[in-house]
Amino acid sequence: MMTDETVIHVDRLTKKFGDFIATNAISFDVVQGEIFGFLGANGAGKTTAMRMLCGLSIPSSGKATVAGFDVYKETEHIKQNIGYMSQKFSLYEDLTVKENIRFYAGIYGMSRSAIKEKMKVLLEQLELSAEENSLVKSLPLGWKQKLAFSVAILHEPRIVFLDEPTGGVDPVTRREFWNLIYEAAAKGITVFVTTHYMDEAEYCDRVSIMVDGVIEALDTPANLKKTYNASSMDEVFLQLARGAKRAAD
Amino acid sequence: MKKLLVILEKEFRQVFRNPAILRMVLVMPVIQLLVFPFAANYEVKNVSLSVVDHDHSSYSQKFINKISGSQYFKLVDYSPSYDKAMRTIESGEADLIVEIPAGFEKALVNENKSSMLIAVNAVNGVKANLGGAYAASIIRDFNAEIRTDWIQFPSFNPQPTINVTSSSWYNPTMNYKIFMVPAILVTLLTMIGSLMAALNIVHEKEIGTIEQINVSPITKVQFILGKLIPFWIMGLVTLTLGLLVSWLFYDIVPVGSLALIYVFGMVFLFTLLGVGLLMSTYAETQTQATFVSFFVMMLFMLLGGLYTPIESMPEWARWITKVNPVAYFIEVMRMIVLKGSTFADVRTDFFSVLGLGIFFNTWAVINYRKRS
Repeated sequence: MMTDETVIHVDRLTKKFGDFIATNAISFDVVQGEIFGFLGANGAGKTTAMRMLCGLSIPSSGKATVAGFDVYKETEHIKQNIGYMSQKFSLYEDLTVKENIRFYAGIYGMSRSAIKEKMKVLLEQLELSAEENSLVKSLPLGWKQKLAFSVAILHEPRIVFLDEPTGGVDPVTRREFWNLIYEAAAKGITVFVTTHYMDEAEYCDRVSIMVDGVIEALDTPANLKKTYNASSMDEVFLQLARGAKRAAD
Repeated sequence: MKKLLVILEKEFRQVFRNPAILRMVLVMPVIQLLVFPFAANYEVKNVSLSVVDHDHSSYSQKFINKISGSQYFKLVDYSPSYDKAMRTIESGEADLIVEIPAGFEKALVNENKSSMLIAVNAVNGVKANLGGAYAASIIRDFNAEIRTDWIQFPSFNPQPTINVTSSSWYNPTMNYKIFMVPAILVTLLTMIGSLMAALNIVHEKEIGTIEQINVSPITKVQFILGKLIPFWIMGLVTLTLGLLVSWLFYDIVPVGSLALIYVFGMVFLFTLLGVGLLMSTYAETQTQATFVSFFVMMLFMLLGGLYTPIESMPEWARWITKVNPVAYFIEVMRMIVLKGSTFADVRTDFFSVLGLGIFFNTWAVINYRKRS
């Protein structure tokens, strides 16, 4: 369910660490309900850009708004309106499935009755009802990732940021994970996702490719393939990323 | 407030699910309180004694009987010469030599005075000091005995004597355990409290969940309070256990008010946990946090008046104790438990610790950054 409303507006956003320019004056817009793929080699500056948009990192210069709020001054408002799932696994392993859901929903200020209702739907959807009282550490990685994603959008944020959400997950589970993403987008949640899997890039509405801190290309997967005269996103990526000078971290 | 409850619920669940933490809070303090007070013993007993008697007289024999009969000394060697006796000190066999010169008795009878030599192995300063002092006091005693032997009519005693009687207030039997146990309890609280608090936030940094907290609308104060309150409650549990152990095993019942101990304990824990949380906002890994908190704890304890009185520290060290919450609590615990001090007596200490607590906790909140 894509609309014309811009939910992320980025204008020459820059982050420097000393002399090193992690992201160099990047600009783009994302509209509501869009699945926006944020690609780039390791060390290209994707995570830095994403952390600035989530209010975790203060930009060095440039402008950006997320859900209509300024990334310099209104980060606490941004935080109420976004969901986030990091590369590092973000659930508490020593809490049960239910307890994790209750905690993360609770800190967004959801009422107990609303949490209860949502939890039931969520557990059924993920087919985790039987495991609701198991410790998260006992679940397989794929289930954990799907659960983490569902928890990240439980409070119905306007935008969800996913930082390499499917790392280390098998292809079947990845496919299931992307079904969850489509469902979220259909509900009007904007999905901002970084990934290294080029097949996943094909699933995105639009894709940006970062090289050495700069956005080199930004378009729909179909248009990108046409522009670079490539048969797959893999080729597009290789053509662009081969020119990278930064060593991968 | 509702969010704080959500955080607290989660923290408590994690604590109760972690048997190591429970053991730390419940079992360790009890064991340590049962063991430490016997080891942290200020009394020196069984000082090994080597005697060199060049006189072989009835008086020298009398003296040797007296000193070896005391509970503080143990006669381990009887050497013919000072050099031989010195060898027993070198080998570690003896701690102290008493040398009785030839003509000891003769001089005593004829000239009414005599002398002897005490040589102490001062490698262990405490043992040497006390051992020397005990020996000197036994000699003084011996001296007095001879006088009563000789002078039948004390009223004609040409030498004036001052009879000193001392009485020990608040701890009449000079039982060092009454003095040490409350202080050891404070150091236990210190170790457990600060280390747990220091490791906790760092653990969330290591496993990465702190990122998830930082992108949420939880405020810094809510987060820090959510960490502080559970450990604060556990600290009070430890304090209660400690007081129970001192009552059951050492028969120590605070002379002063139990409520005052708790009030002070609450403020002390607040301050201490603030220090721990502050350290954890700086540290990136649990290893770092452990090392830093060990360093800080060593300072707190050595400058806390547990082993050595603060009054005898140099000026600069005494200034450091002014910002040391442990020093205040050890002092106050001893005052309340032994003397029955009231709030009015410990008011200054109370507000000092409270002030330090506000200072450290505010610093921790400011330094805990949701953004970089």
